Amino acid sequence: MAGIKNVLKGSHDYTLYKKRKSLVNRPQNMYNKKQNQRLAFDGGSYMKYDTQQCRLTYKEELAPGVFDFRLQNQAFAASAQPGQFAHLLVPGKPLRRPISICDVDQKADTLRLVFEVRGEGTQILAQYQVGDCLDVLAPLGRGFTIGDTSRRALFVGGGIGVPPLLYAAKQFGVNATVIIGFRNRDAVILKKDFEQAGCRVILHTDDGSAGRGGFVTESCREELENCEQVFACGPAPMLKAVAGQAQERCVPCQISLEERMGCGVGACLVCACKIRKADGSEGYLHVCKDGPVFDAKEVVW
Amino acid sequence: MADLSVNIAGVTFGNPLIAASGTFGFGREYQEFYPLSTLGGISCKGITLKERAGNPPPRIAETPAGILNAVGLQNPGVDHFMEKDLSWLKGQGTVVIANIAGNTPEEYCEMAEKLSDSSVDMIEMNISCPNVKHGGVQFGTSCESVGAITRAVREHCKKPLMVKLSPNVADIVSIAKAAEAEGADALSLINTLTGMRIDIETGRPIIRNNTGGLSGPAVFPVAVRMVWQVSSAVSIPVVGMGGISTWKDAVEMLMAGASALQIGTVLFSDPYAPVKIRQGLDEFLDKKGLRSVRELTGTVRPW
Repeated sequence: MAGIKNVLKGSHDYTLYKKRKSLVNRPQNMYNKKQNQRLAFDGGSYMKYDTQQCRLTYKEELAPGVFDFRLQNQAFAASAQPGQFAHLLVPGKPLRRPISICDVDQKADTLRLVFEVRGEGTQILAQYQVGDCLDVLAPLGRGFTIGDTSRRALFVGGGIGVPPLLYAAKQFGVNATVIIGFRNRDAVILKKDFEQAGCRVILHTDDGSAGRGGFVTESCREELENCEQVFACGPAPMLKAVAGQAQERCVPCQISLEERMGCGVGACLVCACKIRKADGSEGYLHVCKDGPVFDAKEVVW
Repeated sequence: MADLSVNIAGVTFGNPLIAASGTFGFGREYQEFYPLSTLGGISCKGITLKERAGNPPPRIAETPAGILNAVGLQNPGVDHFMEKDLSWLKGQGTVVIANIAGNTPEEYCEMAEKLSDSSVDMIEMNISCPNVKHGGVQFGTSCESVGAITRAVREHCKKPLMVKLSPNVADIVSIAKAAEAEGADALSLINTLTGMRIDIETGRPIIRNNTGGLSGPAVFPVAVRMVWQVSSAVSIPVVGMGGISTWKDAVEMLMAGASALQIGTVLFSDPYAPVKIRQGLDEFLDKKGLRSVRELTGTVRPW
């Protein structure tokens, strides 16, 4: 597979094509590094993505069925933004699996992906071993708009919705309060990673076996008073509740959504998300290209 | 280097690989990977007279060796396509095929008329979308209705007209003949096969539309069979599609009788598939000492 692509890449036409695209077509990535703000959406042509073979350099089972992969690729590590995702080829499966980017290590040139085994595809991915190569299409989608990192931010994550928040929360460090919820003590992941980034962490478990009992929304209500913006990812009922709480207090809220996905780049239109447009009408945008991060105000639940 | 060019209904394609409608949008997302001139043509996302929102999600489910989809013809409408996408597409160095679907014969005719005055190279009439109540499939499942709509659209269409056939019929050959008799310049087949998956935990169909269209390697043998039967029975060119994933599949489909090919579902796992298929096809032709890809069409030797 890589062989044929190399043939293509070695050809004169292709090299010129990629060079032309990288020079003229768009900014290197969708953020302006100086201001750390997302550049204006220009109709879908801002993205820069490709498939690459990435070596698995580290693998750990963080909790039963939850895997931490570090995938090495210089280009991806240089351009991936908080909240974007990677689309992983699963040998023998017609569809790739979208996995959010949990963190980026630009020194080691690695993307960190944390995923839960949910079905056959993720089960196959979980069998990869350190040293193996994965076919990765990345970086994809519109991530979180980070803005001014001195403004206090509240991060709210539930279960496997926690990993997509880490890279964004790290940008805020001590200015981030992170509320994370899991089923029970054994399912807790990434708590130390947030703490090491300087974030204040409030842990919840549904059964009270670690941290506070009950749902993240209880702490969210209290913490909303002390923040200027909210970033959330998790199950739809949680996101809906958090979005509602933020809206009541007029706090801007960005949420990362998931949906069954096809191409990953915005062509096939399957990963639809219902959105209320500025004129009040409703329509579908797509999680892979317009998202996965949306302004909570525009999402129709 | 064999000659990969093909001619379908008077339109010359640089190579026989065409992006299949619905898998490639209007091309913008894939020009990130390679120049669109890598493809012989692009069959654009199906368009309707007015903008359509499409079906609620989930719109896709994975199956053994395939996918089910029910997007429901989400598209910005024919006018938007002509204003915002067409001139850009025409600048990409590939054949542009407009795929149209409608609720009524009048809608098909109106779109054909509008597009006849545009720069599109060819019109593909979709009378086979299984995922909306009125997406054309009601016109595509009997010889009478296929004949009638082909005749009506033919009168309003100044571009080469390709009719895209549904496999969800009792006798695809007689339907193909009906389209040919009423003026179709080419046929494309197969559209997706209607299917269904159920989540056994919830008892709910995985796709919100309950049913969807099956595509991918799972349908490939069905597509080969239908292309073979249809191309044996008509004298207009047949564009074969349905689960083509490798250059070997491409060769097989050409041998079955296809004059060109559409590539769709494989793009979701491998966006570079058309590049690899083109290369593999080229090498196969060289190995076999064939000077043109056209020499492969219909060369199957049935028992």
